[in-house]
Amino acid sequence: MDLRFTDEELAFREEVREFFRTSLPDPIRRRMIEGHHPSKDDLVTWSRILNAKGWAVPHWPVEWGGTGWSPVKQYIFRDELQQAPAPEPLAFGVSMVGPVIYTFGNDDQKRRFLPRIANLDDWWCQGFSEPGAGSDLASLKTTAKRDGDHYIVNGQKTWTTLAQHADWIFCLARTDSAVKKQEGISFLLIDMKTPGITVRPIQTIDGGHEVNEVFLDDVRVPVENLVGQENKGWDYAKFLLGNERVGIARIGISKARLKRVRELASLERVGDVPLIEIPRFREKLAAVEVELKALEMTQLRVVAAEGRREKGKPDPASSILKIKGSEIQQATTELLMEVVGPFALPYQPEEEGRNEPTDGPDWASTIAPTYFNWRKISIYGGSNEIQKNIIAKAILGF
Amino acid sequence: MDFDLSEEQRLLKDSVDRLMADRYDFESRQRYAKEPEGWSRDLWSAYAELGLLALPFDEAHGGFGGGPVETMTIMEAFGRSLALEPYLATVILGGGLIQHGGSDEQKAVYLPQVATGDLRLAFAHTERQSRYDLFDIGTTARRDGGSFVLDGQKSVVLHGDSADKILVSARVAGSRRDRDGIGLFLVDANAPGLSRRGYPTQDGQRAAEVTLEGVRVDANNVIGNPEGALPVIERVTDVAIAALAAEAIGAMDEMLKLTVDYLKTRRQFNTTIGSFQVLQHRSSEVFIAVEQGRSMAMFAAMMAQDRNAEERRKAISAAKVQIGRSGRFVGQQAVQLHGGVGMTMEYKVGHLFKRVTMIDILFGDADHHLSKLAEAGGLMAA
Repeated sequence: MDLRFTDEELAFREEVREFFRTSLPDPIRRRMIEGHHPSKDDLVTWSRILNAKGWAVPHWPVEWGGTGWSPVKQYIFRDELQQAPAPEPLAFGVSMVGPVIYTFGNDDQKRRFLPRIANLDDWWCQGFSEPGAGSDLASLKTTAKRDGDHYIVNGQKTWTTLAQHADWIFCLARTDSAVKKQEGISFLLIDMKTPGITVRPIQTIDGGHEVNEVFLDDVRVPVENLVGQENKGWDYAKFLLGNERVGIARIGISKARLKRVRELASLERVGDVPLIEIPRFREKLAAVEVELKALEMTQLRVVAAEGRREKGKPDPASSILKIKGSEIQQATTELLMEVVGPFALPYQPEEEGRNEPTDGPDWASTIAPTYFNWRKISIYGGSNEIQKNIIAKAILGF
Repeated sequence: MDFDLSEEQRLLKDSVDRLMADRYDFESRQRYAKEPEGWSRDLWSAYAELGLLALPFDEAHGGFGGGPVETMTIMEAFGRSLALEPYLATVILGGGLIQHGGSDEQKAVYLPQVATGDLRLAFAHTERQSRYDLFDIGTTARRDGGSFVLDGQKSVVLHGDSADKILVSARVAGSRRDRDGIGLFLVDANAPGLSRRGYPTQDGQRAAEVTLEGVRVDANNVIGNPEGALPVIERVTDVAIAALAAEAIGAMDEMLKLTVDYLKTRRQFNTTIGSFQVLQHRSSEVFIAVEQGRSMAMFAAMMAQDRNAEERRKAISAAKVQIGRSGRFVGQQAVQLHGGVGMTMEYKVGHLFKRVTMIDILFGDADHHLSKLAEAGGLMAA
């Protein structure tokens, strides 16, 4: 047992760090530090820089643009990217539909979609949740009925993140309602320009527009856009959600946030003393750092075990990463709320206020919205309560 | 980065696990506790035969040159079985102080005796007023010709009642809370002027109150620099904390296992209570607390020998915070989920709970280490 990075891994970390230092455009870095969501342009620009370097999809098979890095190097890359802080490549493409296509799709689909995902030529969104199918995803009602060379899709998807930018949506739809609910679902790729698709924004409590409702009304989808076999979509969805949990601890993001907390708490004063020197505050901060260090070690244990696991079978211990990762990220947003104090109050809608002077420090405006927005992370990707069910069943054997 | 045990470490783990499985079930443990010294001489010999008492020492001194990972392996097994023997006091603390602070001659004389099980040691450091501050030493060591004369009182000396020799910290110079001026003295337990009062601790182990009245110590029994022992004391304490973290993980893991087994067999309302989601979720939370603790026990083992003392201390404090918090949650929930039976002396889970509670307190509880860590600037630089 040697829990230190090897010299080779350390050299790799330096190389990655250096690349992020020199290649991430400054305006993007600044917006990330200040807690803004990256814009569509930011993400496209950054994804293409990564792709030109050959690092847009490191975890993919080498023939489709992967790097062949070890799990530890993959982890280092992700950690450094988050700490830069750089935008993470659009997960719906590179982490979700991409792996489904290269694992279960046919050759035509691979050639057609994978290179465009890596370069963010196609913006993908996820059509899983429905108004009546959240944690109980398999009860979804959207239907796809075969009509010659097409499926006719009808139904409603919701919580569809960034659908307003999307070129494509991957959808779970029911192709057989006579069988057990998990056994009649298919995985379809749908062009967002197809007639019959309507996107309606949902404003979230932070005031932002991230998620949408997507209505599908007699949408004609060519059968060649079915992934894998008809009625096997639930297997592909489980595979996808397992992949989603692995990256979800977001330790690098929490590291960057805690660094930000420390910086800002050195600027803000309580009486004559910087907030960071108030014992109660710095102990609270240190407590979160301890939890994060524990999670980082847990993450590395999962990563180190990954090489020995059967491909595509997620480690149930990754549920720890989801639960603790989300709790810690949320704790960092609470610390920032404490730092900003009364200047959490002024509300500045993202679209309008960019050039209006703020009441209070200029870094204050994103803090309360981030706190409110970040409540989502213990809900999505399988809520933390669902993760506890997974641990109870898959690990503890209840 | 590699989380696997080496072949040798695997063999060590297997042999310790086998020994504890064969000879340290809970009934045996309760029997050993009633022996005259409060622990088992037979098991002590068995540890010596397996080489456990020699593990951390250099080969030149009869040891095996094992590091913190080997110690972690042993301590985890001890934690699972609630071992009572003075391993921490003798090998980790006493042996550690001699190994890291002693002269070549002192090492050559004493470490082989520890390795064979013939010499038991204890570390008399804590005082009535010192709480967790390692530098707060009121016991004095007055120079008298070539020797020193010790006066003072030491509290909660782990396994001090059965030790053959006691390592005593005492102030040679400076005032009570100075970092400099502290010496470390190896004192025979039967030395004139040394008296001790042994007593049981809450977790079924043993400790002693040690009083020193004009105890004379020769120059050749001074361990290291007589006015500069604090760095060695801090270093060995950090190794001990890493060891205790591993012991706590063994105990927590055992509590989780007992609790999950209990929930799967205990029937109420015509079903096993483990079928209730509220208890499943609580168990999942206990599992997470154990695994987060295990991660920090590994981190502590990795950092316990770090050459950078400041980084080492911060890492050890961080681990102690996590172990204290995880231990409290796991212990309280293990008793809660067992219901009434968890409250009884005759059942193991309550004893595991008491042990992790005492481990939190030893060498500074979670709050103490959190404030130390915070004062030192936290784990992550801005």
